[in-house]
Amino acid sequence: MGTPGKMGDHAQRSTVFNQDEARVNWHDKTLWFIREKRDKAAKQISEWEELREQASSIKENVLGNLYNYLLQFEQRILDNGVQVHWAATAEEHNVIVYDIIRKKGLRQVVKSKSMLTEECHLNEYLETHGIDVVDTDLGERIVQLAKEPPSHIVLPCIHWKKEEIGELFHRHLGTPSGNSDPQFLTAAARQHLRHHFMTSGVAITGVNFAVAETGEIVVCTNEGNADLGVQLADVHIACMGIEKIIPERKHLGVFLRLLARSATGQPITTYSSHFKKPRPGQEMHIVLVDNGRSERLKSADFRSALKCIRCGACMNTCPVYRRSGGHSYHYAIAGPIGSILAPGLDMKKYADLPFASTLCGSCSNVCPVKIDIHTQLYKWRQVLVKNGHVDGGKSIGIKGMAAMFENPRIFKWSGAIGRMVMKSFPFILNNKLNPWYKRRDMPQPPSQSFSQWYQKNRMGHGK
Amino acid sequence: MRVALFIPCYVNQFYPRVAVATLAVLEKLGVEVSYPPDQTCCGQPMANAGFEESTKGTNELFIKNFYNSDFIVSPSGSCVLHIKDHLHSHNNEVLASQIRGKVYELTEFLTDILKVKGLNARFPYAVGLHQSCHGQRGLMLSQMSEIVGPPFSKTEYLLNMVGGLRLVSLERADECCGFGGTFCVTEEAVSVKMGVDRIQDHVAHGVDVITGTDMSCLMHLEGILRRQKSRIKVAHVAEILNAND
Repeated sequence: MGTPGKMGDHAQRSTVFNQDEARVNWHDKTLWFIREKRDKAAKQISEWEELREQASSIKENVLGNLYNYLLQFEQRILDNGVQVHWAATAEEHNVIVYDIIRKKGLRQVVKSKSMLTEECHLNEYLETHGIDVVDTDLGERIVQLAKEPPSHIVLPCIHWKKEEIGELFHRHLGTPSGNSDPQFLTAAARQHLRHHFMTSGVAITGVNFAVAETGEIVVCTNEGNADLGVQLADVHIACMGIEKIIPERKHLGVFLRLLARSATGQPITTYSSHFKKPRPGQEMHIVLVDNGRSERLKSADFRSALKCIRCGACMNTCPVYRRSGGHSYHYAIAGPIGSILAPGLDMKKYADLPFASTLCGSCSNVCPVKIDIHTQLYKWRQVLVKNGHVDGGKSIGIKGMAAMFENPRIFKWSGAIGRMVMKSFPFILNNKLNPWYKRRDMPQPPSQSFSQWYQKNRMGHGK
Repeated sequence: MRVALFIPCYVNQFYPRVAVATLAVLEKLGVEVSYPPDQTCCGQPMANAGFEESTKGTNELFIKNFYNSDFIVSPSGSCVLHIKDHLHSHNNEVLASQIRGKVYELTEFLTDILKVKGLNARFPYAVGLHQSCHGQRGLMLSQMSEIVGPPFSKTEYLLNMVGGLRLVSLERADECCGFGGTFCVTEEAVSVKMGVDRIQDHVAHGVDVITGTDMSCLMHLEGILRRQKSRIKVAHVAEILNAND
């Protein structure tokens, strides 16, 4: 498909993001505040770690028996009078959704938050076919008005300041210029969205959990927008990745406790809407999407990424994400989880993402379903190198380094030469071409290495 | 007890004083320490960059240097974690597996194996502890802020034995400094910003010296501190445990 796009790779984009340090500080602090709220909420639950373990095992079981659970789920939803659709790819998903809308002769769609439809670029597809899609989650609506993708899976416009939203609403919704009062702006968005809720025949939602036992789907929102959209529309289309299955309804007791606490530090989302069957006269469709998931299921190293419940905790805690912004990841799902999901879809395009991490491991520690995110980042790096997706210069450098470390004599000799050069000709390294030196001083080279010291002080004395 | 000292390549070349201090701390506690002279590197710089395949030679060399000891001790949580997680061998997997089980970071060796109860050290300064991620989250040298569980810290336990030392609490107790191996140059902007922010936390809490179990993080922070012409110094935890100021 191609390279990371005209704006560059993660390093280039985050260099641009870091040109405004005050904004980076603000972005970092906003997300760190949410990470702290998450810590506080988690620490109020003494069995938190057991809960994570349980959630992880339930999801492992789902991934191990996905075929059977999917068939069970399909049977239940058909019994419930819901129409089922299977999509192997993002394109198929988009065509299915468009066909449902087209056959009903409808043009207006309200959509609540769904990362799957972001992954499939559904909005763009529907818009090119003349369908009006209005995102009804407030954050999503803001980025939609700004013609941007979300920068965070739970907090789509976390990179926007309220003053900027005030100006955006002034331009698009006609609010007074200079008014950035959050309550006022929210009320304006409410009025604006109310019109779309009332006039749209189709409501698209995502799916947080799909219960195989009952055939119901659960959608978690804080704004009730999924609920309102579905209740007012003639057609409900729910789009889900095939990994969203949980076996039994009682398992919601594990996941609903973990999801909002991990995401925002709330005990539970304001709305947990359960949709099981269409009301009389309504049509309900569920679109089950593969788009690379069954391929990933085959990979022992990377399959557990499919346990993800899209809480965003790994983004909030990631010190790199907080200081590079979601758009630096140039994929629908940013941050650590996006960096292990994206290369599974397009290794070449997203080859930079597994390297956009220090492997600090904080992501794996906050993950409510215990995905070994930082280990997978490490493993993706190995896969990317094996498949030739790192640049040749780096490859030569690393191989040279390996050759030096394999040979103790060359290592000692190189070390001595290196220190001598740094001492005698510091300008060779202390210049703009050395990324270390740009904003950091070089280490001050000592006159002898530890090996030399040991040789002189210990070996000579028969020790 | 045959204890072999494993000194990371960059410590050997740039921070020999840390290696000397490590040796001295162990010897003061009565441990007989050997230093295999042909050691080079654990292989992490290549492996973390995605070139694990190119670490076969360093792995074999590591095994050759260290198989013949009861314990391998190193003043680096990061290099120790790499050996624990990734040392493998086509010819000697049994030896590789033994080494993975007997390699220790210095402070965990002092607390878990030597079970040190007191130290004869003095360092009368306000000290901020930088929790290096691989030591903390990888080797579990201390409780992690993300986890719901009882607090503990092997490193702080030892630092609290040092006379005159005042350990300073930080705003973000265990955020990464942004070194991250090759990340520090390939992602220069974010790496430096992370380091700057970490330092600011220490500055705001009146720290004289930033310490840690990994000189790599401290080298990165020191580079920024010196560029800022800061009065704050960095010192590896081994230097503090060996200090008599």
